[in-house]
Order: sequence, then C-alpha cells, then structure tokens
Amino acid sequence: MTAQIRRLGIAFVVLFVVLFAQINYIQVFGAEDLANNPANAQRQLIAEYSVDRGEILASDRKTVLATSRKSTGELKYQRRYPQGSLYATATGYYSFVYGKSGLERAYNDYLTGDAAELLPQTLADQVLGRPKRGGTVVTTIDPDLQQAAAHALGTQIGGVVAIQPSTGYVRALYSYPTYDPNLLASQRREQVVRAWKRLNDDPDKPMLSRAISELYPPGSTFKTVTSAAALADGNGIDSTWPNPHVLDLPQTTATIENFGGEYCPGGSRITLLQALTVSCNVVYAEVGLDVGAEKLAAQAHAFGFGPTTSGETLPFDIGWQHGVFPDAAYFNDRLPEVAISAIGQAQDLANPMQMALVAEAIANHGTEMRPRLVEEVRDQDGRVVTDFGPEEWGTPMSPRDASALTQMMIGVVQNGTGTAAQIPGVTVAGKTGTAQHGTGDEAPHAWFMCFSPDLDLAVAVVVVDGGSLGSEATGGQVAAPIARAVLEAANR
Amino acid sequence: MSQTVAADPRPRQGTAVALTILALVLSVGAYLLVGLGKRGRVPVTLAVYGGIFAAGFIVVHLVIRRFAPRADPALFPVAGVLTGLGFAMIFRLSGGLAAEQATWIAVGLLCFVLTLVAIRDHRQLDAYTYTIGLLGLVLLLLPVVPGIGRTINGARLWVAIGPVTFQPSELGKVLIVVFLASYLNAKRELLSIATSGVGPLRIPPAKHLGPLIVAWATSLAVLFLEKDLGASLLYFAIFVVLLWVATGRAAYLVIGLVLFAAGAALGYAAFSHVQLRVDIWLHALDPQKIHALGYGQVAQAEFGMATGGLVGAGLGRGSPGLIPYASTDFIFAAIGEELGLFGTVAVLLLFVALVGKGIRAALDAGDGFGTLLATGLSAVLAIQAFVIVGGVTRVIPLTGVTLPFVSYGGSSLISNYLLLALLVRVSSGAAPGRGRSLLR
Repeated sequence: MTAQIRRLGIAFVVLFVVLFAQINYIQVFGAEDLANNPANAQRQLIAEYSVDRGEILASDRKTVLATSRKSTGELKYQRRYPQGSLYATATGYYSFVYGKSGLERAYNDYLTGDAAELLPQTLADQVLGRPKRGGTVVTTIDPDLQQAAAHALGTQIGGVVAIQPSTGYVRALYSYPTYDPNLLASQRREQVVRAWKRLNDDPDKPMLSRAISELYPPGSTFKTVTSAAALADGNGIDSTWPNPHVLDLPQTTATIENFGGEYCPGGSRITLLQALTVSCNVVYAEVGLDVGAEKLAAQAHAFGFGPTTSGETLPFDIGWQHGVFPDAAYFNDRLPEVAISAIGQAQDLANPMQMALVAEAIANHGTEMRPRLVEEVRDQDGRVVTDFGPEEWGTPMSPRDASALTQMMIGVVQNGTGTAAQIPGVTVAGKTGTAQHGTGDEAPHAWFMCFSPDLDLAVAVVVVDGGSLGSEATGGQVAAPIARAVLEAANR
Repeated sequence: MSQTVAADPRPRQGTAVALTILALVLSVGAYLLVGLGKRGRVPVTLAVYGGIFAAGFIVVHLVIRRFAPRADPALFPVAGVLTGLGFAMIFRLSGGLAAEQATWIAVGLLCFVLTLVAIRDHRQLDAYTYTIGLLGLVLLLLPVVPGIGRTINGARLWVAIGPVTFQPSELGKVLIVVFLASYLNAKRELLSIATSGVGPLRIPPAKHLGPLIVAWATSLAVLFLEKDLGASLLYFAIFVVLLWVATGRAAYLVIGLVLFAAGAALGYAAFSHVQLRVDIWLHALDPQKIHALGYGQVAQAEFGMATGGLVGAGLGRGSPGLIPYASTDFIFAAIGEELGLFGTVAVLLLFVALVGKGIRAALDAGDGFGTLLATGLSAVLAIQAFVIVGGVTRVIPLTGVTLPFVSYGGSSLISNYLLLALLVRVSSGAAPGRGRSLLR
C-alpha cells in the first residue's frame, strides 16, 4: 500500500501542476488576448471607465471640448462635453452603452493612456497607485471659426468645413442638425437608451454629419475640377468656347441648359474665365466632352474623389466619406454623362470636406495637404509627446494651373455668382453650386466653396434642400454668406 | 506497521496555535479587505462574522487539542484559510449569501467538533462496514426518489424536505469512502489474489468483487439518473484508486481506465448535455457560440481570471459579478479575478498542502483501515478540487462539483468538515484517555 500511496501522492501533484500551468496561461501569458477578446466588452468598458480619460481641446489649447469628471456611480468617471453639441462631429460620443465615435474612438489609446508614447507615465501612475490618466488631444479646430460657422448656418440643414491650405489643418467642422454627446455619456442606462432612440428616430438624423459623412451632388462647384482638367489639358483661362443657348448632347436627344434657361453673357463665344464667373453649364458641358472622361476622372481622383463610395482615398483622423466620381471606363457608352458630370450632376457626389480639400489644393499652389483634425497629443502632465505636422498628400494641379484657376475663382466672387462672399480688403476666390437632385423637382442643394490666399483658409459649405430659401435657393444666396462669415471670423 | 509512542505533543501544539491564529487572521483579514475594497470602509458585520470565525476556530482548536492532540497541526488551519477565503469572496459577491454561508460554516465547525468527540477512534467505524455502505448508497440515490428529488441546473442532486434543501450526495460521498476503506481493508488479500482472468490481467473471484461492482454501477447510475458528471467521475475515481492502493495490483487501474473511457463514451453518445459540456469545453471562446448559454459562463470565467492577471484587481475592486455562478462553481474564477495569479496559486497550494497532510496521515496510520480511509478522503479532496478547477479553467469539461471549503453551500461545507474531522482523527490516532494499545 505504501508504495501505491506515494505514487498516488505524486499523481496528485502532477494533476495540480497541470492546473498550475493552465492558470498561468490564463492569467499571465494569454491574459492580454483574453482581456481583448471582443466578447469581453463589459470588462473592457469597466476598465476603460476607471480611467481619468484625457481631455480634447480646441486649437487655442484653452477651449475644452471633452473632459472627465469623477463620478459617484458604478463607473468611476463621467465624460462631459462643456461645449455641448457644437463640436459633436469632431469629438464623437463616448457611451458605455453605444461605444465611441469620432475622435473619442480614433484617439482612444491616447485618451486612455494606453498609447505607446504615454506608457511611461501610465506605468509611473500605476506604480505610485494613482488612478490611470489619459493624455490630452489638441485638435486643429479654431473655436471662433466653429462658432461663426454654427451661427451662420443656423437651423438650416447642412455642413461647413474649413481647412488651412498651407498645413491641411481642419479649422472648422460643423454639421446641422447636431446632437449633444452629453446625452449619450450619462451613466444611467435608460437615459442613454432613450436619448439614442430619440436621436435615431429623428427624421433629420442629427447624428449624421453633413460635413463629412453624407454625399450630395456637388453641382457647379465641381466646375472647379473640370477647370483644373481643362487647364492641365492645355486650355488657358482665355481659351474661348462656343456659347449656344442650349447644348445638344451626343448620342441622345437630351440637352444641357443654363440656370434658368438663360444665355451665358459674353457673346457667341466666351472664355473659360467668363464661363466660370457666371457658372455657364453649356460651356462647361462642352469642356467636359472636350477634355474627355479619362482626363476628367483622373483629375477628380487626383483631388481625392474615389471611383466608388467604398475604399479609402485620403486618410483623415476620423472616418469620413470621400467624394465619388466614376472611373473613366464607366463612361464608355455613356458620353452624355460625361457632359453632365462635368457640371457636377449625374453620378458625381461630394460633401463639404471633399470640396474644402479641392479648395485647399488650389489655394496651396496645386499641392493637396493631408487633412488633419489633431495637431498634437500631450502626456498626462501636459508635455507634448507627439506633434502631427503638415503632410502633403498629392499634387492634383501644377502651380501654374492652380494660379490660373485661382484667378478664375477670384472672378467668380468679384463679378460673378459669388459676390455675396466679398469681404472688403480681403481677396476671396470661390465657386457657387446649386445642385439638382432626386427627380429635379426638389429644392436644390446650395453649395459654396472658396479660399482666401490672404487669410490662408479654404471653406466649403453645403445647405441641404436649399435651406431657408427652399426651391428659390442658389449657392450664391444661401451658402456663400455662410462661408463669408467663417472667413470674416478668421479675419478678426 | 507499528507506531511508536507519540513524542511530546507540546511542540505540535505550539505550531497548531500559531497556525490557527494565522488562519483566523487571514480569514478575517480577507473579509475586511473586501469591505475596504468594495465600499471603502470596514464592513458593519465585522463583529458578527469576525466573532463567528474567532469563536469557531478557537473552539475547534481546543477540541483538537483535547481529542486529537497528535494530529498534524496544519490540517485544520489550511481548511480554515480556504473557508475564510471562500467566505470573503462570497461576502464580496452578496451580503445575503454571506450570511447563509456564515451560518453553514458555524454548523460545519460544529459537525467537525461533534465528529471528533463522538468518534474517539476511527476504528470504531470499521465495525459498521455494510451499514455505512448502505446508508451512503441510499443517500446517493435519494434524489432519484420522486417527490422529494429536485433538479437544479440540469442535475437531479437535491432533496427537499420541508423548508430544507440539501445535497445528500455530499454526505454520501464521505460514507462511501468509509465503506470502501473498511471493505477493502478486510478483503485486501483476497482481492489481491487473482484466480481468473485474461492474460496478464487477472481478477479475483466474483463474490469478492461483487460489492465493488455494485458500487461502481451506482456511480454510473448517478450519472444516468441524476445527470451529474462530476459526482460520477469522482466516485468512480475513488473506487479505482482505493482498489489499486489496497491491493497493489495495477490491473485494477488499467481496468478502471478502460471502464472509465467506456462510461465516458457512453455518456457522450447518450446524453446531449454531455455533448454540450464537451463542446463548451472545446469551443467556449468561439465567437459564434460565445454568447450561448453555457459557453458564455465559461468564457466569462476565463475573462475574469485574465483580468485579474498577476496580482488581481484587488478584493472588492474587480467585477466578479460578471461571472455567472461566481459563488459556487466559479468561485475559483472570482478569486482569480480579484486576487490574481497569486490568489489562485495560493488556493492550489493550500489544497496541495491539505492533500499532502492527508497522505502523510495515511502513511503514518497504524492500521490498514486508517491508511485506506485517509487515502480515500485525501483523494476525494484532491480529485474534487482538480475536477472543479480543471473545469473552470477548461483543462477538462466543466462539471458541477464544488470547491471544498471555498464554495458556497451548506451540504458541501458540512460534509467537507466531516471529512476533515475523520482525517484529523486518523492523523492523530486514537483520542487520549482510551488506554488501548495502538497496535492492531
């Protein structure tokens, strides 16, 4: 018996060694994988909410867009948005029920202190027994410009994006309707669920950013892209084009007319400059056909438009929807559509972000800077750990062509459809757009894109369904004043 | 084997006092830390629970000192720390459950004391071999009786009489071990002689093997009728182990293994819930299945332990409430979450120590019955702990056995303290004042 008992004892030890090995795996070697398993969401959330989440600041380093406060509930910290709904597109929401969006999601590692650059301080905190803190994210947004955009847009549904052409920094990012992220940050589940439901049931979709997430036909603002293609193809700003009342489209009985069925002023032939100034559909349709689908598509894609809605073209700190212009192959049997696309209708799609990028590329001598929403990240004690500097993304135009296009766009504002954007003493270059959509009977979308070399700012605005003017709306009347307000704010 | 006259018991008493105090400090300390971690203040029930533990441990210590002075001084304290740790975890999970557990701990300690006092010499039990065996069998099969049997969580293990619900199999388990030890001790030589058989595997005559076959069949009956995988695994393993230890014939181990495999395969083929358990064991983290009933529980246990990491989230600081059945089956995982690897390894080491002491008691016992009894009881603790920890950590499929001393449950606590009392008794030899020779 003795021998067996001893062996039995050893067998028991072996059994326990097996257990020991397994718990070592679960709690040490495999622990991280297990902790990050998506099904472990609850614990991940609770862990996240025990962190003094870092702040999100505007570019003035003073205005606080999002901050963390100690709370007495089950979750140790509460997220607060002191500016309410003004910066919702940029910050996104942070909800223990619905997760995160916007910068809260994209920069989560920095805000929780998990990012590599912040680890030393995080570990120090851990050792010293302090609660975990996150780093600070400094955005590029200028509070003055943001306020001006919100005030000017008012209660019209639409979006405003302002980008600084020399750096690519996004200075304003606003959409209406918007929502208050504080509602989703509450720790009371029923409150959050109710707020979410209300926001999602709202037919105006306040959580959908018109500035970066939706797409609309750009209308005549797309003529800037067509112009770029024409200039690159060797046509100067003084090149002349036939100016009929109506253009017969090839391969079809359809025709293209000008706005209101009018003639474009200037005679039987007008220059490219004149055509852009008055936003002449007929001439630009001709230009589009002349340049051809291939070059037009290439130019659009060079500005950041994609061939389809899917896929990434330009990287941005938060998710956004790039503009759409089909591949050249699409137009093989669809010649008439080339003409219609050239004036920003048919399959063309864009949003203020996309058009602001076009504007900033033109303003920056043809070099398109990568858009940035975050300038720098600081560690828990306020020291800068990462500086996100300007980065070039592409060169859609040559500096000479960009200069020519700038001149054309200055003409639009000085004597053309964009006079509502004039600012005394400041050079403003812009383009209006009044986009048909749907069956064509709905109120059009009012667009305006512009930039000021003096102010180093590019702005794009869309007012959906004509805003306060409805079917009578034009880009010049409805959207241009909003862009002007933003430029004026930058001028102060 | 002869036992020398015991050495001066006083050094052992000193150790016993120290260890008991340590156990008390650790137990009450853990419970105190839970209060601090959870609410930031000392728990209001400190006086009550602290008092129960203090009184209980002191009384037990004194009783051991008087009635089992030569017992290994670490036996009770180790079980005491496990009990205290379990209580602290249960208190962390639910104040209500803690109150019940405290009551059961008091009852368990009382049973311990009564057993130790009533049974002055473990050899007293040797005289009642068949009675005890029959009683154990009855207790095992009691839940099958219609009317009083209850199915909880898929296993028909419970009996409800009036307001009280208890698990008779817990007690039956101990009685079966006593029966086996007694029976095998008596028939040891007979069972060692092989008269018929196949090749190198020889087995003894059927009449001697008979009661064993009955006992083995009972374990299968438990599986099939009561749907308790863990218990049947336990009984079966105990039989085989004791049979092997008693006779020294490896053939029994081999046959046992074969029969176990056959039983397992049969169970798997016949029962969907067995298949489910096996699937959960293998695929608990499968993203398709992880939210299904059963899978989620095991997954949550692993997540909890992983969150605990090396040092744990801290008593009262983690989220063991996210683990289902955290107070019973998964209490080990809850400990893993709040006390980390340190905590889980500590628990394992405590069991190793307890089992080791039991084995030592078996080796030092002066008689065959005592040896087999201590071996069997130690094996129960070892195998049961392995089965539940292994199930929680997915070393083996999960079965519904409790972690001795740690899990919430009156039946479990009482039977484990009864088991401990017997171990202490064997470890100590006959109570002083008997005046009988220790040699058989």
